[in-house]
Amino acid sequence: MMDYTLTEMMAVVAAREIRDEEIVFCGTGISMLAAMAAKHISAPRSVIFFETGAIDSLLEEIPLAVADSRVMYHTALNGGLADAFATMQNPFTGPRVVGILGAAQIDPFGNLNSTAIGDYDQPRIRFSGSGGACDVASFVGRTIIFMRQVKGRFVEKLDYLTSPGYLDGNGSRQRAGLRPGGPELVVTDKAVFRFDEKSKRMYLAGYYPGIKVAEIMETVEFPLDCNRAVPVPAVTDKELQILRQKCDPQGLIR
Amino acid sequence: MSMAEAISRFVKPGCHLSIGGFTLNRNPMAAVYEIIRQRIDNLHLYAHSNGQGVDELIGAGCVRAIEIAYGGNGRFAPTCIRFRKAIETGQIHFEDYSNYQMTLRFMAGAMGVPFLPTTSGLGTDILQKWGFSPEFREAETRLPREKLLVMDNPFRRQDEDPPKVVLLPAVNPDVTIIHVQKAGREGTVSINGLTFADVEQAKAARHLIVSCEELVEEDEMRLEPGENQLPFFLVDAVVHQFYGAYPTACYGCYDYDPQFLKMYQRLAKDDALYASYLGEYVYGVDNHQQLCDLVGREQLQRIRAVNPQGYAAGLDRR
Repeated sequence: MMDYTLTEMMAVVAAREIRDEEIVFCGTGISMLAAMAAKHISAPRSVIFFETGAIDSLLEEIPLAVADSRVMYHTALNGGLADAFATMQNPFTGPRVVGILGAAQIDPFGNLNSTAIGDYDQPRIRFSGSGGACDVASFVGRTIIFMRQVKGRFVEKLDYLTSPGYLDGNGSRQRAGLRPGGPELVVTDKAVFRFDEKSKRMYLAGYYPGIKVAEIMETVEFPLDCNRAVPVPAVTDKELQILRQKCDPQGLIR
Repeated sequence: MSMAEAISRFVKPGCHLSIGGFTLNRNPMAAVYEIIRQRIDNLHLYAHSNGQGVDELIGAGCVRAIEIAYGGNGRFAPTCIRFRKAIETGQIHFEDYSNYQMTLRFMAGAMGVPFLPTTSGLGTDILQKWGFSPEFREAETRLPREKLLVMDNPFRRQDEDPPKVVLLPAVNPDVTIIHVQKAGREGTVSINGLTFADVEQAKAARHLIVSCEELVEEDEMRLEPGENQLPFFLVDAVVHQFYGAYPTACYGCYDYDPQFLKMYQRLAKDDALYASYLGEYVYGVDNHQQLCDLVGREQLQRIRAVNPQGYAAGLDRR
C-alpha cells in the first residue's frame, strides 16, 4: 500500500459518492480534486460545473480558483454567473446537481458558516463569506460537505448561518421556503457523517483506518449518534494513481 | 484615452463603483492601481467575488463601504487579507450577500427594475443579520432602506410552487470598470472565456470604462458580431492597456502570476510590509506599463498563455 495524505483520502471518499451523469458543482481545492477524481472512479459521465459559468471543462491542470483560466478550456460553453446559478435554481436541472461545499463551522443539521467567527459586526475571525455557497445549498438536490475534524468546527450553534442545511430539522427547510435537498454527507480528515432520514440530525457513519471513534468525538461539540459507524475503506493504489497521475500531477493539492 | 485620464474623469471620491472579473481572473488591475495612485477615497464598492482588485482597493484605503458576496482569492488567499483586516478592525462598512444575489442586483440595475427575486438564502443569516446600520442606510440616501426583503410568492397555487421569495434591490453604480481581451475604438467589447458578471455590471452602471489587451478598428469588431457582448454606445472610455489585468489572468492572453500573488499574500499580512508594497509597486510607478517593467519581461513571458489552452500550461504554481 502506498502512502496517501488525508487530503487525498477526503477527495477519494467524496469522489466515490458521486453518481454517473450527475452534474457536479465544485469550488476550489479539495472539492475540485474530488470532482476530477470522480470522473475516473465512479462517474465517468459526470459533468463538472463551476459557478463562474464553465460547463464540462477539460481540466488538464488543476485550477486554483473557480475563475482560473484552466476551467475555461475545452468547455461545452463558457457562460457567466447569472446562467450558472439559474441552472441550479431551475426546477428541472437543479435537482440533478450535487454540490460540494466547505465551511469553517457546521452544526448538527448541516448548516454552514463561512462568514465569521464571533460577533458578525466586528468578528474575531472574518472569512470570505458566502460566495456561491448559500445559493448552491439553497438550490441543488444534494450536497457533500468537506470539513476539518478539529475543535471549534462541529458546533451546536453557528456564529453565522451562511448556507442552509436542514435548518432546525423536522421539515423546517421546506417550511422556510427552500426546496428539498440538503447535505447528504460530511467528509473530514478523520471520518464521514450522514444525516438521519427522519430527524435530519447528523450521525457518525464511518471512520478512517487507524482513527478511534473517541478521537472524533472529542472534536464534536454536540450529541452524536455513533452506533451506525463502520470503517471506511482506505484509498486504493488505483485511486491514488488516479489522483496523482490524472488529476493533480503537479501535486498542488495534497 | 489614457487610464489616468479615464479614472480622473469618471471615478470621483465617494462614488459608487463596481469592477469586473472574478477572484484571480480579468480584474481591471491597471484601473485599480490608477485609482490608488490618484488617492480616490470613500468609494462605495459593489462586488460579487471580484478578488484581487477589491482587496487592493481596500488595502490602499480607497473604500468606505462594500457590498460583497465573497472576499477570497482562490488558493492565494482563502480570505482576502486586507479585506479581512479591514472588517476585523472595523475600518469599513460592509454588507454580505451571495454571488447569485449580487448578480441579480446588477441584473436588476441593468434591466431598470427595482428588484429581482430568488429563493436563495431563505432561512439563513444573510436575511437575518444586516451589516449596514439603519443610521448608515438612512444617511446614505442612494441606498435602499432595506438590505433585502422576503415576500410571499403572489403566484403560488400548487404545493410545489415556492411559498416565499427574497427580493434583492437593484444596484446602479456610478462607474463600472472591466478589462477585456478585445475592443473596438468606439467601444464594442468582446470577452473571450467566461464573462462572469461583467455584462450585468457594465449595463447597470451610469458610466463604463473598458480597458483592453487589443484595440482594433470598429469595423473589425463587426466581422464576428456573435463574439461581442457589449455595444459601443454603453462605453464612456476605452483604454488600450497591455497586461491590464496583471497580476490576475486574462484568458487566452496570459495567466495569473503566482509569484506576484504569493508575494502580495506575504506582504499584505503585515501593515509595514504592505506600506512598502504599495510604495514600490503602486505609488512608486507612474502607470501600469512601469509596473510591468518592474516585474520584468522574463516573468511576463513565463505567464504568457499558450494555444489552445488559453493559460500558461506547465507554469510553476506552487
